[in-house]
Amino acid sequence: MFYREAGQFRTSYHADQRIFPIRQDRLAMGALLLVAFVGVPLFGNEYLFSALLIPWLILSLATLGLNILTGYAGQLSLGTAGFMAVGGFAAFNFQLRTPQIPLLVNFILSGLCAAAVGTAFGLPSLRIKGLYLAVATLASQFFIEWLFTRFGWFSDHSSSGVITAQKMVIAGIGVDTPVRRYVFVLSIVSVLALAAKNLVRSRAGRAWMAVRDMDVAAEVIGIPMLRTKLSAFAVSSFYCGVAGALWVFAYLGSVEPQAFDLDRSFQILTMVIIGGMGSVLGSFLGAGFIILLPLLLQSTMQRVFGNALRPGLEPNIEQFVFGALIIFFLIVEPLGLARLWSVAKEKLRLWPFPH
Amino acid sequence: MQRPIQTASCALVALAFALPAMAQGTASVPNEQFIPVVSYRVGPYAAAGTSVFGGFIDYLNLVNLRDGGINGVKITFEECETSYTVDKGVPCYEKLKNHPPTGASMFTFYSTAISYAVLDRAGVDHVPQVTIVHGRTDASDGSVFPYIFPLVTNYWSADTDIIKFIGMRLGGMDKLKGKKIVHLYLDVAYGKEPNEIFMKQAAMYGFEGKLIPVPPPGTDQQSQWLEIREFAPDYVVVTGYGVMNPAMLKAAARANYPRDHIIGNFWTGSEEDTVPAGEAAVNYISALVNPAGTDFKVVQDIEKYLYAKGLGNMTDKSRIGSVLYNRGIMTGIISVEAIRTAQGKYGKKPLTGEQVRWGLENLNLDDKRIAELGATGLIQPLKVSCSDHEGGGAVKFQQWDGKKWKIISDWIQPDRKLVRDMVEASAAKYAKEKGITPRDCTKGG
Repeated sequence: MFYREAGQFRTSYHADQRIFPIRQDRLAMGALLLVAFVGVPLFGNEYLFSALLIPWLILSLATLGLNILTGYAGQLSLGTAGFMAVGGFAAFNFQLRTPQIPLLVNFILSGLCAAAVGTAFGLPSLRIKGLYLAVATLASQFFIEWLFTRFGWFSDHSSSGVITAQKMVIAGIGVDTPVRRYVFVLSIVSVLALAAKNLVRSRAGRAWMAVRDMDVAAEVIGIPMLRTKLSAFAVSSFYCGVAGALWVFAYLGSVEPQAFDLDRSFQILTMVIIGGMGSVLGSFLGAGFIILLPLLLQSTMQRVFGNALRPGLEPNIEQFVFGALIIFFLIVEPLGLARLWSVAKEKLRLWPFPH
Repeated sequence: MQRPIQTASCALVALAFALPAMAQGTASVPNEQFIPVVSYRVGPYAAAGTSVFGGFIDYLNLVNLRDGGINGVKITFEECETSYTVDKGVPCYEKLKNHPPTGASMFTFYSTAISYAVLDRAGVDHVPQVTIVHGRTDASDGSVFPYIFPLVTNYWSADTDIIKFIGMRLGGMDKLKGKKIVHLYLDVAYGKEPNEIFMKQAAMYGFEGKLIPVPPPGTDQQSQWLEIREFAPDYVVVTGYGVMNPAMLKAAARANYPRDHIIGNFWTGSEEDTVPAGEAAVNYISALVNPAGTDFKVVQDIEKYLYAKGLGNMTDKSRIGSVLYNRGIMTGIISVEAIRTAQGKYGKKPLTGEQVRWGLENLNLDDKRIAELGATGLIQPLKVSCSDHEGGGAVKFQQWDGKKWKIISDWIQPDRKLVRDMVEASAAKYAKEKGITPRDCTKGG
C-alpha cells in the first residue's frame, strides 16, 4: 500500500541509474542515515556505542570487504583477519613513526598496505579456484600472524607483542568519547559502503561478477583475468585493512596479534554467508546477526530466567539457541538475510492485495 | 509452501534487529556493594573458568552469609558470560560498569585478551581492574597505570623466582654459571612476557639461555623437544597454558627428559595440567601463587555455610580446593579486603569504583589479617602502594607426586630491583606512546 512504485516514471538515464530507483527507498535510507548520524548520538548511551554499534559497524566493514571478494568476485578467502591485522599494525606504525601524517590519510595508507599484501596473496587465485584457493589464503592468515608475533619491529618491540593505539585527533578535535568514536566509525563505514555499492555497479563490479559466474566465459568475452581477480583482492583487502585499523584505534585500543586469528576469519566468512553473498546490505545484516544476536539472547535469557538456573547452564543454552537459529535461517533462506529482505520488499509491494 | 515460513522469518529478523539489546531490570536496594563477575563457563577454557569463578562467587556468598556483608554492606554480584572472547567480554564490561547502586567495584577477567581490550577504558570510566597473576606486567607501575592492579605477582617476578629456585636446587646462584636453561613458552603475548627478563638473567648469572616457542595451542611439541634434546639443558622453564601443559609433559616423557628438571610457572601448575598427562607428570615441579587443598579454615567455612545447605556454586564438588578454585577464593579475599580498606576512609556504605581504587592502592594484608581470614598459607602477605601495584611477588614451588601437589619450598621472593627497573622502563615507554603524565607517587595518593 505504502510501498509501491506506481506513478514513479524514470524519464532520464540519470533517474534510471540511481542506487535507489524507488522513492520510498530513498526516503527510508535518508531517514536511516538521519537517525544514525543525529538521533542515535543524541539519545544513545555508552553501552549502545561502545559495546554494540562500534564493533558491529567495524565488522560490517570487514564483512563488506570479504563480500566483495567472495560474494561478487567469487574468490573464497580465509585470510580476512590477516588483512585486518595488516591494516591495524600499519596504522599503529604510521602513527608511531610519522606522527605528522593526518589520521584519515594514515587510515587510507593502512588500507593501501593491506591492499598490497592482499594482492600478493591473491596471486595464487590466477591458477587455483574454490576450496584450493581458500587453503592458499589460509597461508596468508598464518603468515601474517606469525610475522607480527615474531618480529618485534611491528609492535615497536613491546615485550608481549601487544600494540596500543595512540590518541586519535582529527583537525584538532580529539576522537576520545564513545559518541565521537561512533560518529567517526559511522562516517568512514558510510562512505566506504556507498563506494562499494557504486563499485559493484560499475565496469569493475560487473567484471567481478562475470568472473564469479563463469570465469572461462568471462575470459572469452575479453575480461582480463589478472586485473579483475587481483583488483578484487586489492579492494577487498583495502576494506579489511581499514576495518582492522578502526578495530585497533576506535574499538579496543590495545591489541595483540591474536586478536586477528583464524577464528576471526571464519567469523567474518560466516557473516558473509548468513548475510548473503554478493550484497552490501547483507554484510551489515550478517555482522549484526553474529555480533548482536548473542548479546540480545544473553540479556533476554537473563530477564527470563534471572538467577533461577544453575550456574553455567544459561550460557550453554544460549549457544544452543544461537546455533539453532543459524541452522533455521540457512534452511529457510540459503541465500542469506539480504535475500529475506528482498523477499519482504516484494511482498510489501503487493500488500495488502497479493494476487 | 515456503511463503508462511518466509514471512515468519522476515518478521523474526525484523524483531531481532528492532529490539534494543539493553536495559537492566534489576532493582537496587541502597546498602549494597556491586561486584561484577565476568566469567567463562563455555568454550575451550570452561574448565578453568568454572573453578576460578566458582571459588570467587562462593567466597562472596560466604561473606554475605557468615558476616552479613562487608561491615554490614551486602555484596551483590551479577555474572556475565564472556566465553573467554573479547567480542563478549567488552559488552559485559560496558553493561556492568555502571550497575546500581554505585557502579562496579572492580573488574577481574582472568583473560589476558579481555584485560588488554578494556585496559584503556579503566581510567576513563574510573573503575579499577584487578588482573591477579595475569595481564600487562608493566602495569605494576601504579604511577602510569593508576587503575590497573596486577596484584600478588607478575610474570617477570615469577621468572626471577624460578631462576632463584633453580639456583637453590643447584646449591647457590654462582653455580648457575655455565649451565644451560631453556625457556619453553606458548607463542602468544602471555608466553612471550618473560623472555626479556629471562635473557637478562642469563647474562647476569652466566648461564646459557635458549628461547623455544611453541605455536598455539601447543598440542604438537615434537620438534621443540627434539631441539631441547640436542641442546641438553640442565633445566627447562615452561610458560604454558591449557592443552599445551599436559602435551608438554607427555613430550618430555617421550624425550626422556627428567621431569623434576622442568619448572612451570603458575599457569602451568594445576591439576588440570598434570592429571591428563598421567604417569608422565610425576615429579614435575611448578611455581604456585596459591596452593591447592581444603584444610584452610576459609575453605572449610565455605563447605559449612554454603555446600552443607546446598548454596554452593560448584556442581562438581570434587573440585573444591583445587588450585584454580582456591585462586578464586584468593581473588574474593583481595576484592573484599580492598573494599573494606576503602570503607575505612570513605565510610561503611556502598562505594564507587574510584573509592575502591583507593582501597586497592592502600591494601595491606599482613600475616595477622590473613590468619583472621582463615587463609594462612593460601595467600601471601600483600602491601600495595601508589607506585607498586603488585604488592607481593613471591611464589612457592610444588611437586606433583602422581596424585596431588606437594609443596617443596617456602615463599621465594623475587629479584625486586631487576623487575622494578624493567617495569618502570616499559611503563615509561607506554606513557610516552600514549602521552600520559605519570602521577607523582611521592606526594601520596
